[in-house]
Amino acid sequence: MSIAYFPGCTLSTNAKGYDHSGREVARALDIPLTELPNWQCCGATFPLATDNSMAFIAPTRILAQAQKVDGHVTTLCAICFHVLRRTQYFLDHRPEMLERINWFTEEPYEGKMRVSHFLEILRDQITWKGVRERVTNPLKGLKVAPYYGCLLLRPQKEIGLDDSDNPRILHDCLNALGCEAVDFPYQDECCGSYLLVSKPELPQKLAESILLSARKHGAQAIVTACPLCQFNLDYPQRLGGGGHMAQGGLPVLYFTQLMAVALGLEPASWGMESHYIDPRPLFANPKG
Amino acid sequence: MVDRALVIGAGIAGIQASLDIANSGYEVVLVEKEPSIGGHMAQLSETFPTLDCSQCILTPRTVEVGHHENIQLYTYSEVESIDRDEPSGDFLVRIRRRAAYVNWDLCTGCGECQEKCPYKAESWFERGIGRRKVVYTLSPQAVPNKPVIDAEHCVYLQSKWELSAGRVPAAIGAKGNPAKPKCGACAKFCPTGAIDFDQQDTIIEERVGAVIVATGYDLFPMAKLPEYGGGRIPDVIDGLAFERLLAASGPTSGKVVRPSDGKVPREVVFIQCCGSRDPEHGMPYCSKICCMYTAKQAILYKHRVHDGQAYVFYIDVRAGGKGYEEFLNRAQVEDGVVYLRGKVSKLFREDGKIIVKGVDTLSSRMVEIEADLVVLATAVIPRIGNSRLAEVIGLTLDEQGCFNADNEEFNPMASNVPGVFLAGAALGSKDIPETVAQASGAAAKVLSLFQGRKLKDKVEAYE
Amino acid sequence: MRTKLSIATVRGEFLRQVEAISNENLLACNQCGKCSAGCPIASTMVDILPNQVIRLTQLGIEDVLDSQMIWACAACMNCVAHCPKGIDLPRIMEALRLVAMQKKGDRMAVNQVPLEALGEIPQLAIIGGFRKYTI
Repeated sequence: MSIAYFPGCTLSTNAKGYDHSGREVARALDIPLTELPNWQCCGATFPLATDNSMAFIAPTRILAQAQKVDGHVTTLCAICFHVLRRTQYFLDHRPEMLERINWFTEEPYEGKMRVSHFLEILRDQITWKGVRERVTNPLKGLKVAPYYGCLLLRPQKEIGLDDSDNPRILHDCLNALGCEAVDFPYQDECCGSYLLVSKPELPQKLAESILLSARKHGAQAIVTACPLCQFNLDYPQRLGGGGHMAQGGLPVLYFTQLMAVALGLEPASWGMESHYIDPRPLFANPKG
Repeated sequence: MVDRALVIGAGIAGIQASLDIANSGYEVVLVEKEPSIGGHMAQLSETFPTLDCSQCILTPRTVEVGHHENIQLYTYSEVESIDRDEPSGDFLVRIRRRAAYVNWDLCTGCGECQEKCPYKAESWFERGIGRRKVVYTLSPQAVPNKPVIDAEHCVYLQSKWELSAGRVPAAIGAKGNPAKPKCGACAKFCPTGAIDFDQQDTIIEERVGAVIVATGYDLFPMAKLPEYGGGRIPDVIDGLAFERLLAASGPTSGKVVRPSDGKVPREVVFIQCCGSRDPEHGMPYCSKICCMYTAKQAILYKHRVHDGQAYVFYIDVRAGGKGYEEFLNRAQVEDGVVYLRGKVSKLFREDGKIIVKGVDTLSSRMVEIEADLVVLATAVIPRIGNSRLAEVIGLTLDEQGCFNADNEEFNPMASNVPGVFLAGAALGSKDIPETVAQASGAAAKVLSLFQGRKLKDKVEAYE
Repeated sequence: MRTKLSIATVRGEFLRQVEAISNENLLACNQCGKCSAGCPIASTMVDILPNQVIRLTQLGIEDVLDSQMIWACAACMNCVAHCPKGIDLPRIMEALRLVAMQKKGDRMAVNQVPLEALGEIPQLAIIGGFRKYTI
């Protein structure tokens, strides 16, 4: 029983640390991931125009590839997850669109894939108790703010990963690792996403509010599940520790990186080499 | 065929209907679920648009009901079943009177038990603002002014039942003394020995010729409004809770204070349409009374806290009754209440204040207010018990759970069951003037039924 | 200067187009403003609010295509989560963008993104951005 793993473009380039730590964590927890052979970008945005069949080809092709590997595909990138999960839902409800899209793909997609985010596998298969039992280096006393962002949770009806008004999945993950999960009101406010490319001042402003709020509630680090959120929160802090924004810099980590530390994996598997605010000082003195 | 009426529910609708029928010389059996009568109106501070003190206009009627020789009042009771007697068409009613653990025949209403009871519990009447004793009356003006014991929280009763169920050891103490139930303070201090811990539910059977259903309303639970705190933020309360803060006989004696720290709030935000006009997450309809009672509450707040500021977030203001539009203008002009057109997206607690994030679409501005207190005008919803009662009587409910009238436009007081009539908020949200009018309307229907039968009998006697 | 309204505008082709592409019932919006109140973008700097975008489209006023707001929507769905009528605003924004681009061409070109940025910015942003701003 292997789970198809779709890394996505950004995890293979700018966010290698996420992919690397994710695979190491999966290995440590005996979660059998098989990277999809011959995958391509999912499209990065879920097509919102109802008749845009062309835009659905990319994600459908991924699902068609994955159906050869045991009917279950998972990903770490929240955006890829959002696109694939909603595509699955869309094709489920619009069989005539599925038929049309299949005309354009080399092999037809049958329509019965299970799409999950890696967090769901942790929560539902390994369970948080199971994770806690494997933690050899509990991160006691580390206050971490879980930043959910948007696409991991909304729209509730199609995504259904957690209660989008009161999400707990990242909180539970942090608690399982021994951290103190810090509640803060901006935990599901948008980071600005791809507006980085057209209006970079917008994500910058949004990041300010998010970081300030997290800091105000006592966070020493922020954890996220999306490479674009990670960038939008980390990048603006690059000029001299973030200045007023985060008083010395608030490290923005992927949850898999934190897991790698807590599970006692080698620092080489943490994938923390390319952050703007280096998170490694937080773990300089590992507590036994 | 008996010319007696059953009125289910003793809020203002049930009270008015009962008095109209009783004053015409017919007997009324009035059944009320709570220990005393008055319904939600008894919780209010003042009513709109006159700002009359609610208790002052309600109490004369509740007292009249309590003393009326034609009204048989059963409180702390519910209708369990109704059978139809053919061919008379009479209703055979089974009423269950819950065990109050107080013998009301012996009780004089002196209040010693309430004084001496060492335990408190949450009171639905105070809506989270204050607690009441475990042996309690709903308010000092309760009719009847006789207490009941809240068995779920009564230390004596719970320990007595634990003992008799064998869930705790029968003997305790070094000397192996037989275990006794704890507390029992009320029984010790009652001057007439009215406390009766062995009291059981009683069943009463009544035969009536007509029924009026006047069971009133409930409020949309704040737990279903997660973007507004989900009911977990102490300084975010609903409209009825704010009434209890305003009420002179309420838990704060009419002082408007924050539930969290007892301080006087200087900036109060009122949010309308919480759960109303919201087909996706709440009720699709407009709850009709909130625009008016919010304006009333904002005005009363300003009267109590002169240097305070009230803000109201609204979508549309509905003020169609007599004097209503003028009342709204008064709020804005005389009392400086700021009306912001737009809904609040979310609010959260920070540094002891409530940060409210909303919008004023009229000025196209996103607004943020650091409020000391937030009052939610939650949707008026049908009572959960409606479905059970509908089954018992054979009534139909609409999509949301309110009773259906025979014809909403032309026969609004009649139901689908002959001889059963409806009045008040049980049909759908409405204000006090409309409720009283409907109550009298339903009473008139009952009287006309009784008189009509008498007339028919006379005519038949001639033929 | 007054905006002229007639059947041609309020029940015209523009509104029909947007409704068809988005599959949303724009007329159900009663302008309560909850979307605007929770929009993270509108709270920063745009010319009109999301509810106003809907309003102008409801009235068939095509000037809405010149607004900044429709290009600034990141589809974060905070509006959808709370809209009492369940209206999917991101879909409407996308429909408006598509109509605008069909009339006036692509909104963004590759050479507009500075070269240094292309190296640093995550692929997701580049792909996502270009999918939204070109047809």
